[in-house]
Order: sequence, then C-alpha cells, then structure tokens
Amino acid sequence: MGKVNFTIDGKEIQAEKGVTILQAARQENIYIPILCDHPALPPEGACRICLVEIEGQRALHPACTYPISEGMAVSTNTPRIRAARKFNLELLISDHPLDCMTCEAAGNCLLQDLAYEYDVTEDRYEGTKHHYSVNDPNPFIQVDRNKCILCRRCVRACREVNGVEAISVFYRGFSAYIGFGADSSMDNSPCEFCGSCVAVCPTGALWPKLSLGEGRPWQVDRIQTTCPYCGVGCQLILEVKDNKIIKVDSAWDGPSNHGWTCVKGRFGYDFVHHPDRLDKPRVRKYLLDGKKKPAAEKRKPEIEGDPWQWVEVDWETALGITADKMLQIRDDHGSESMGFLTSAKCLNEENYLMNKLARQVIGTNSLDHCARL
Amino acid sequence: MVGLATAFGSGAMTNSIDDIADDAQAFFVIGTNTTENHPVIGMRIRQAVRQRGAKLIVADPRKIDLTNFAVLHLRHKPGTDIALVNGLMHIILANGWEDKEFIKNRTEGFDDFKAVVDEYTPERVSEITGVPLEELQQAAEILAQNKPTAVLWAMGITQHTTGVGNVMSLANLQMMLGNMGVPGGGTNPLRGQNNVQGACDLGGLPNVYPGYQKVTSPEIRSDYARAWGLSDEQLSLEVGLTATEMMPLALEGKLKAIYILGEDPLMSEPDTNHIRQAMETCDLVVLQEIFPSETAPYADVLLSGASFAEKDGTFTNTERRVQLVHKAVESPGIARPDWWIVSELAKKILKEGKRQIGEAAYSGWDYQNAAEILEEIAALTPIYAGVSMQRLENGETLQWPVKDQDHPGTPILHVGQFARGLGQFTPVEHIPPVEMPDENYPMILSTGRVLYHWHGGQMTRRSKGLLEIYPEALIEVSEDDAERMGLNGSRRVRVSSRRGTIEAQAMVTDRVPPGMVYANFHFPEASANELTIAALDPVAKIPEYKVCAVKVEAV
Ligand code: SF4
Ligand code: SF4
Ligand code: SF4
Ligand code: FES
Repeated sequence: MGKVNFTIDGKEIQAEKGVTILQAARQENIYIPILCDHPALPPEGACRICLVEIEGQRALHPACTYPISEGMAVSTNTPRIRAARKFNLELLISDHPLDCMTCEAAGNCLLQDLAYEYDVTEDRYEGTKHHYSVNDPNPFIQVDRNKCILCRRCVRACREVNGVEAISVFYRGFSAYIGFGADSSMDNSPCEFCGSCVAVCPTGALWPKLSLGEGRPWQVDRIQTTCPYCGVGCQLILEVKDNKIIKVDSAWDGPSNHGWTCVKGRFGYDFVHHPDRLDKPRVRKYLLDGKKKPAAEKRKPEIEGDPWQWVEVDWETALGITADKMLQIRDDHGSESMGFLTSAKCLNEENYLMNKLARQVIGTNSLDHCARL
Repeated sequence: MVGLATAFGSGAMTNSIDDIADDAQAFFVIGTNTTENHPVIGMRIRQAVRQRGAKLIVADPRKIDLTNFAVLHLRHKPGTDIALVNGLMHIILANGWEDKEFIKNRTEGFDDFKAVVDEYTPERVSEITGVPLEELQQAAEILAQNKPTAVLWAMGITQHTTGVGNVMSLANLQMMLGNMGVPGGGTNPLRGQNNVQGACDLGGLPNVYPGYQKVTSPEIRSDYARAWGLSDEQLSLEVGLTATEMMPLALEGKLKAIYILGEDPLMSEPDTNHIRQAMETCDLVVLQEIFPSETAPYADVLLSGASFAEKDGTFTNTERRVQLVHKAVESPGIARPDWWIVSELAKKILKEGKRQIGEAAYSGWDYQNAAEILEEIAALTPIYAGVSMQRLENGETLQWPVKDQDHPGTPILHVGQFARGLGQFTPVEHIPPVEMPDENYPMILSTGRVLYHWHGGQMTRRSKGLLEIYPEALIEVSEDDAERMGLNGSRRVRVSSRRGTIEAQAMVTDRVPPGMVYANFHFPEASANELTIAALDPVAKIPEYKVCAVKVEAV
C-alpha cells in the first residue's frame, strides 16, 4: 500500500492509501464528530454527522466512509458544515425524548454531547414522536427504542464482532426500529447477551438492567481489572459507586479482548455483593471448646450448642486454632499427612504463597488445584 | 500439559489469541466448545471465518455452536481422539503432504512415530471413530492446504484417561504440518479458569516448584532451600499427591488434613459421593472461600477471603499473559485478601512450630502488598524473571517467558527452536475409555460447562441475571433417545452411573448424538460429578470427565 498526501484544515498529512478521511484524521488527532461510526466497528455512513467539505466538490461527504486521495483538501469545521451537522442533529432530536435529566446515559451519551456542541436546545421540527414501550423481558439489557437513533452500531457489533446476527433493523423510514431475531424479544433471539451492542450504543437505547438507577458516569470510579471467570483474561473496567460495582465498561486496550466480553464478564459481577458472602472467619464450636471432632453422623450444625455449629470469630482466633491444629497433625502424623489445594481463581501471588506454605512451612509437595485445566 | 511438555519442552498455549485470530488460515478445533467456555476466543474464531474466510474444522461428538461456522464437522465417538488424529496424519503422510523440511530440521523420533501412524488406515479409523471416509480425507486436505492451521483444544481433549496421549497426537500433527513457531499456528490448549495458568506456573502442582522446576531435582531443591532459609533435607524430593489422589488417601485415613483455597472439590472433582466421604474422614478441613460453598459443610474452619474485585495482584491468562487485577471495592466485614490470610497463618505456624527456618532472602512472610510477593516470584521463577508490578502498571503487556527486566516477553513459543531443542514425535496408540457402555449402563455421559455458568457455579448462581436466564441444570438428550424413552420435551430424566444418580430437566436437542447425554456441574442439586468416574490419566492425573457409562430414564 502506498502513501497518499493531502490536507485537513490546511495541515499537510500523509496516510496509508485506502484509509478514510476519519481514520486519517484520528491518526493526526484531528477531531471530527461522529455518531454512527465506532473505532472498533466497520463504518456505516448512516448518521451524516461526520460531514466534511472536500475542495472542488459541491456535496458534503461523510468522513467515516470517504477514502482519502492524493492532493485532496479537506475542511472539517466550516460554517456550512456546522449548519449541515446541526440540521441532521435537529432531525434526530425531533424524534428523541428530551429527558436527559433522568436518562441513564446522561453524561455518557454522544447525542447529548453533540446537541451541546451544536447548541441544539429544543425540538424544532414538530412531528410525530414514537412511543415504544420499554419492556424487553430478558434479564440483562433494557431496550428503549424511543432513544434509538438507528445508527446500527449494535447491528454491526452483533453481526461483525459476536457473529450471531441477533439484532437487525426492521422496516424503513419513520417505521424503522431495531428488533431481535425474527422481530421478537432478545431472549427469543440468537442473542448470547455478550453485551457488545450495549458497549457501542451511543445513547441510552441499550442499557444494562443491573445498572439502572445505580449512578451517573461522573459519580463513579473506573477501575480496570481482569475478568474473574475464564482463561481468556478479558480486561474490564469496573464502575464503582459507594463501594458497589454498578456497571462493567469496555476496556478497549485489553490485549486479549479489545473491549469485547461475554455475558459473564459483562453482567456476571454482582456475586461480589451477594448477601451469602462470608464476612468473618468461622470455626466449628468443638474447636473453640477444645473438644474432639464429632463423628460425621452425629453432626447437627443447625442445633444450638451442637459441637458442629459454626461460630463467627476474629482472625486471631481463627488463625490461631488453624495453626495449632495443623501443627498438631504434622507433629503426630508427619508433613505427608497434609494436602493443599490451591486455587485457579486466586491471584498469582496467592498461588505462590500456597506453594510456599505447603513446601517451606509444612514440608510437603502435596499441593494441587482442583480443575487441572 | 504433560503431553506438550514431552513434545516441545513446554506445556502452555504456544501462540497468542491475536495471532491465531488474525493469521490462521484454518482452525482445527477439537474438544473445545469455545463459544461457551472461552466466549471471546469463540467470537474471534467466528470473526475469522466470517470476515476473512478462514476454514474451520470442528471435531466434537456434540454439535456445538461453532459447527454452524465450520466447513467440516467431524463427529467422532467420544474417547476416539487419538485414532482420529492418527488417521488424519496417515492420510497426510500417504499423500506426501507433510512438511519434510520442518520434520528434518526441527524434530526427532519421526520414524518410530510413523510406524504407528501407518497402522491407522482410513478404513480402520473410520471404523473406530464413526467418521465417514470422505470426511477424513476432506479434513486432511484442508489441513494440508491451509498453512498455518491453528489447533485449539480444551478439556474435551485432556479430561480422558488418554488425555496425555491426545495432546501428544495433536503436537505430532502440528509438527508434521510445520505449523509450530509461526503466527496463526501452534498447539493451543485453552485454559479453563481465569488463573489456572498462573496456579500451574507458580507451583500449584505436586511435581514442580514455580516455573515448572522439578521437585525431584536436587539442584532446584537446593535453590529453593537457600532462598527460603531451609536446609536441603527440609524440602521433599518426592512428587506430592494430586487432588484426585488425595481423596482416596483421606478415606483410608492416611491423609489427615486438607487445606483448600478457593476451590469447591464437592462440585468440581469427579465422583462426588467419594469426595464427601473423604472429607468427612479428615481430621481437619480448612476452607478459605468467599461463599459457604458446597464444600463448606465438611469444613472445620472457614476463612473469609476476598473476591477478585477486592484485591490487587496479577492473573495469567491462557496465552501466558500476566495481567493486573485491581482493587475496586472493600471486602464485606472483616474478610481479607487471601495472600494476607496465608501469610498470617504461615507466620503463626512458623512461630509456634518446631520446624527451623533460618534467615534468608525469601524466608520471611512480612508482605505489605502483592507487589512484594511478585518480586519474590520474579526472583525464584525464571519464566517470570522480568515481570514486575511496575512494568505492568506502565502498560507493558508481558507473556512468559519474560527472561529479565528488559525482555519483552514471548508472544509465540518455539520460534526457530523448541524449548527442549528438537521437537519430539511420540507414537500414540488408541485406547478405549475405561468405562464403556454396557447392558446396565448403555449410554455415554459427557460433561462440561454452559455459557451462562462457571465451574461449580458458586459465583454465577449468585449472579441475578445469569441465574435467571439459566436457572437449573439441563441434561441434553438426543431426539432419538428422547423418543425411545418417551420423553416429550419438558420431562425430567434420571441419570445414573455406578457411582450416583441425578435428576434434572431434559433438553431434547440434536446437539448430542444418539447414545450420548451431556450434563454440567454448575448446580449442586444435579451435578454431573455425582456420576463421573475418578479414573485418571496415568501421567497427568486428570479425571475422565468426558466419558462414563450411564443409564437414562424418564422420571
Ligand atoms: S448482547 Fe451480544 S449477541 Fe445479544 S444482541 Fe447484543 S451483541 Fe448481539
Ligand atoms: S440501539 Fe443504540 S446502537 Fe443500536 S441502532 Fe439504536 S442507538 Fe444505535
Ligand atoms: S468476559 Fe467472558 S470470555 Fe472474557 S474472560 Fe470473562 S468469561 Fe472469559
Ligand atoms: S459517523 Fe459518519 S455517517 Fe455517522
């Protein structure tokens, strides 16, 4: 591939032949507004927000689909362009609820940002607005078609990224709307709830149900980490408010997942806050009482005072008892009478320490983890 | 991954997800239901097929989702992987499609190996595997014509009594095709749990210290003894017990104590009844966990650990990439990070016990944070030598081996040379599974996971959405068998093996072939491991989860 020389806003630029104006502009950190385009998806050219002027051509062209060519002179921000973009935004807004104050996406919505940037303050085109009900019954994703601007980012994500084609646009023109499977609900379609569509939706049309009402983008801390489920090791961004994970966002720089996830990584984090979580160490009552371990058939932990009953204790007690017991068993039966199972769920550092505990402290190589794969 | 270690001198996934997804001309996917178990890799395979026309061959008894994207689905009988791969290699050799240069320059043992493969004529292989002759021929052609081909597998290959042999055959195949050490090729075992790679890397195995350094080597032992402040004799030169070996010994009263960190053997080990009894017999069961798991009723002590979101440290993913884990929230109550718990316990035992520990560089247990532990790891683990929290926080992405602070890591293994020098061809013979269907137990049970749940289900069953969408165990039954048993879609079935019985909802589907049922181990009320057999691969000691004989009846 050869290089092409051209200019954007008077700046001389060299870029690979075949790239679009938008791609070249991105490389040079030149801002062109977008709505339907997404850096991780193939271009669509649907929204005409990215319009630019090309010297010598009468029509404005979408930067996201228009390829660069030698000697081309591109302008990105003339009054004519701004007027055209504003007109397109006004059309979108004319069929969009103006309820940003309660919308989940506020602060994280491209449409809102562009309306602000282009000073689109009110509904200038009186006309019929859609009133879709918001009732897709699936457990993960809220679908609010009233907020959909038909940018088809979700359609492309589902088809090109996840490869299942669960979403498509049904009908045309004013009747057009996004639908699932054979125009059904999400859970009645090939959808796998990977959340890729939610990740790229520029508005509040697709939103994680778990996150509804949980917090605003500017109220959260964003912490990048690694998914706790499978060995792919997807990078995730946890959004945290008041010590609670309220949402998982895409980490686009994740080397193994490049922002995409599966359903577990995207929507399976709430176990962290489940009421079953153990919040204190526990020991069986017989240990506190210094008694003998009851035989299996005599254990009645649900009965008050039973030696097999759990008692919550502090760390000093729990670890003291554990250490004593382990030492006693080693003294009586030798280090080979003890086995250690380390965890494929825990940190590298913790696995190393389990290996050090078994080998250095106790003196046995009987250390393994459960699933050997 | 003993099989790979024998062939190449290193047992991990050889390539990276990116190069496989971007550069493989073909995929040979065997024994991995990738879109459900490693979904984002499954996603990338679908993209490769859709967007750049990569050819996909799926070898699996079940009609898994990826078969919809495959040019060819080889539906071989469970437990016949070796015969299948030998058969493909037979055809490749018979046509002279092997990479003669690669075999000559980079491998050894080819002639002995070839002698065995010669016996696996297409007719014989078709007979053993049930795969039609034309499909064997077609598969061999695709492999020969599309270079490089990436081979991917998961537990469907390793969880057999012949697991090690299965892996060796795949290594043989990739050497024969010259697909090693190149982007888009390689032998790629997909590791199950998030950090199973790290657990193996850092000594969580009975035969090796961190970095796969053998416990039987006196030199290695001396190194560790010196680092940890011990005399050589204080460290054992004997290989320890595997998880699956511990249980029978506990039953016999020889193993007195089991210390379990973040695992749920009641759900994840085969033959649950047996595990229950073993745990009940122990003098001491210590469980360090975030939930009162199915194993908790058998524990004497329950130590409340921290979830992934509550601690800093690292995980190593399936492509050997060491990645950061960051603390996002505080743990509930007084739960603590597991590294803290283990350190505090170790200090107590060392203080009160008789074992003498001297002063040495890494004898102590006073860690302030995970970064300090990682420093110790780097010092004692050659493949992690150049890994540090600082490099990772700076945004470097490191795949082991990382030989020193300046080494960039190793995205592809065995480029130009194998870790052991020459690649080793090993002849492998087909051996039928230990337990085959008979009159009393006429069907084959295979087990695994589903997309919406994970492992023993401790986390996913406590996630609202995941539980809602997949609320109970389902047992896949073929249409033929369903009809024979008089099932009509929503009926429950009882599945029994020689070891136990479960009852669950049947899902009638063409995903399983007639004669086979498929169950998962995510739900304690109907965990497949009540049924599975503890027969082990003699070398890798991995249980045969993928084949056991069962009887299935309508309830
Ligand atoms: S969640 Fe994933 S599979 Fe479902 S519609 Fe969205 S992109 Fe498609
Ligand atoms: S749902 Fe979102 S991503 Fe999909 S078309 Fe509508 S606005 Fe675009
Ligand atoms: S998001 Fe899904 S594919 Fe990615 S690591 Fe987590 S479980 Fe695996
Ligand atoms: S961003 Fe270019 S047309 Fe929408």
